Amino acid sequence: MYSNKFNCLMLGLYSRNRSAVCGLVQSAPGRSGFSWTAVCKQRSLKLQRSACLERQHHPMPCQISTRSASQTTVDPDEVRRFQSLASKWWDEQGDFAALHAMNDLRVPFIRDNLLNVHRARHPGKPLAGLRILDVGCGGGLLTEPLGRLGANVLGIDPVEDSIYTAQLHASYDPDLSDRVSYQACTLEELSSEEKEEQGADQFDAVVASEVVEHLADLETFAFCCNQALKPGGSLFITTINKTNLSYALGIVVAEQLLRIVPSGTHDWEKFISPVELERLLESNGFSVQSVQGMLYNPVSGAWSWTNSTAINYALHAVKHRDDPQPDRAEERSPRPEDHTAATHS
Amino acid sequence: MMHKLTKAALAFNGLGRCFIIEKHVPAVKIIRRGLVSAEHGDDSAKNEVYDVIISGGGMVGSAMACSLGMDPNLVGKKILLLEAGNKKVMDKVPDTYSTRVSSISPGSATLLSGVGAWEHITKMRCKPYKKMQVWDACSDALITFDKENLQDEMAYIVENDIVVAALTKQLDSLSDNVKVKYRSKVVKYTWPMPHHAADSIPWVQVTLANGETLQTKLLIGADGPNSMVRRELGIPTVKWNYDQSAVVAVLHLSEPTENNVAWQRFLPTGPIAMLPLSDTESSLVWSTSHRLAEELLELDEESFVDAINSAFWSNENQSELIETAGSLFRGALSTIMPSAGSPRQLPPSVAGIGPKTRVMFPLGMGHASEYIRHRVALIGDAAHRVHPLAGQGANLGFGDVACLTQLLSQAAFNGKDLGAMQHLLEYETERQRHNLPMMAAIDLMKRLYSTNAAPVVLLRTFGLQATNMLPALKEQIMAFASK
Repeated sequence: MYSNKFNCLMLGLYSRNRSAVCGLVQSAPGRSGFSWTAVCKQRSLKLQRSACLERQHHPMPCQISTRSASQTTVDPDEVRRFQSLASKWWDEQGDFAALHAMNDLRVPFIRDNLLNVHRARHPGKPLAGLRILDVGCGGGLLTEPLGRLGANVLGIDPVEDSIYTAQLHASYDPDLSDRVSYQACTLEELSSEEKEEQGADQFDAVVASEVVEHLADLETFAFCCNQALKPGGSLFITTINKTNLSYALGIVVAEQLLRIVPSGTHDWEKFISPVELERLLESNGFSVQSVQGMLYNPVSGAWSWTNSTAINYALHAVKHRDDPQPDRAEERSPRPEDHTAATHS
Repeated sequence: MMHKLTKAALAFNGLGRCFIIEKHVPAVKIIRRGLVSAEHGDDSAKNEVYDVIISGGGMVGSAMACSLGMDPNLVGKKILLLEAGNKKVMDKVPDTYSTRVSSISPGSATLLSGVGAWEHITKMRCKPYKKMQVWDACSDALITFDKENLQDEMAYIVENDIVVAALTKQLDSLSDNVKVKYRSKVVKYTWPMPHHAADSIPWVQVTLANGETLQTKLLIGADGPNSMVRRELGIPTVKWNYDQSAVVAVLHLSEPTENNVAWQRFLPTGPIAMLPLSDTESSLVWSTSHRLAEELLELDEESFVDAINSAFWSNENQSELIETAGSLFRGALSTIMPSAGSPRQLPPSVAGIGPKTRVMFPLGMGHASEYIRHRVALIGDAAHRVHPLAGQGANLGFGDVACLTQLLSQAAFNGKDLGAMQHLLEYETERQRHNLPMMAAIDLMKRLYSTNAAPVVLLRTFGLQATNMLPALKEQIMAFASK
């Protein structure tokens, strides 16, 4: 369900205002233009069965403002479903219980990898002084712990209701409200804003946890992440592998049998294997530092690290220090396997 | 699950004399939801929100405050200790000893030295002891505990006032992190609504007698055996009165002695204990029936001293049967383990008591079936109350402090909300696993030694003698009690 929403928004923006979005076209015309067209074509074919496709055929004029985007691209049924779910983010025993439990793994993962680079100078606030971007923050489940550890965190999510919930939840805590802020927008929009303000390369770390499996265009995503990071900055991704096991356990068991996640949350086609993700990131100016498998135990409701990346995994990549821009010469002539990898959908 | 524990505790103790279960709510879900309505406040969100408020500034509450204040992962957190009484400053240690003392185990001493208070305590006044002798009035059986070769200290006898004063001194030095409000009595607690009620304040609200309302992410209840926090939460508590009171006094010994042994004798009416305070003085803890306790308080000094000496020295409770059986057991056991066992020693005789120091207080057992709720944790006597016969009450509380501090520290390092249930549940599980067996053992001991019926006496005589002959078992017992 989130996947559809993401698709609609991303695709909606692309097909309508290709030139204006993100200023990406201006900066890297050859690469971006090509892949976008192909992506959009692929996407539109792919999404025949999606309800919101009907709207894509009628390009409507719109500004890049999140309010209008969500009003025009999204199916009202989806909106209603989101509104009902938006308030459930913070119910630790509810629909998002597994995500709450995942904090036990992903917060230490992010914290420790950042501390490897930036020595902790402030006891009690180990991440003080760092700026972190949480892409697809939802209700702020991961944003708040990072804020408590002292970082300045910006959480972004295209779903307004989730942002509203996140803001409300954080507003009660005076400790957090200084350091944690939210914005309802997509990563591309943020990148374009940042570019305009001439404040590119802003963040010490970008976190995209349980987001990559909902995205339409991973190439763009990787590019935007690169843009948003300082040289040497870290990218943290947690996502699901594309294997038979992940289909069996991650979709059949988790969604339909045990209902660990609401049904329809994930689309197996969108899962990506660590190898592919690594290749994608490396071709976008990242160097992958570590990949670690995660395992959810539905009985205890707890996550644990594991050697196998067959289902869930976490990945840490670092933006190259000396070469912040992706290698253009390489990207201009598209390679079929890269193309397929990026548009794996 | 919690109710199974409650029932198990009840079942374990068989009949139990008069127990009162305060409140019995069937569905655990309802309990966990919190009770009193939360208030909607527009500007309350702007008020200061404490990270931790500790309610109760006794030994355990103050230790908790110091422990949190000194933890490196909790630097920068706002911690507040609320104490209804006055600040206990002790610039000069008083010449006379106070009657309320505690036996501080090595584990508790480690905690106290970790928070920097042990140093103050040793500078003020404390008495280490190396050996403990526990024996029966109805037979010859005895058991002695000591560390190897009497080199190390077993535990320390410290006056409660000194512990509190030392912790208070340490708190003064932690004033950046930890604030203390004295003379602040809490009149009301307001519990937060469950988390998906979006509009209400998610914090615990504490209303003081002076009208101030404070908000906190985590409330720690350290307010003693009649805990208001526990009562307001409606946590079902298994408790009963022992129909016993403890008489405490400071004793002057007939002659100065090395005095590094703790003595306890089980009389049929209850155990009498003499704990060393110095070379010339010891502390008396005599647990006996209410009636006898009142009588003891009314005796004049000489008669009282005679009663004490007689309690420790006389053998009138022993029957011939028991004596013969006792020596038979001892003979049999010594063929199996010839070198074990120790001769019975007699405690020093008492010449007088300290002026105006005779006090009595009632004894009871209490155990909260839950130590935690959303944003609340109970520590010390608020969670568990025991008979003083094993000298464990304060140590269990310090154990709670150590465990909860470590879990909160880890939670803070993981960016967690300090009031979240996950680590509070871990605290509850770990401490209940440790405390319940200890409490059951203490209660069992109390019941076992409350009678002079021959079969029971024979049983416990044999049991005690056998245990005395097994150094490995004694070491296990000491290790468990020292944690």
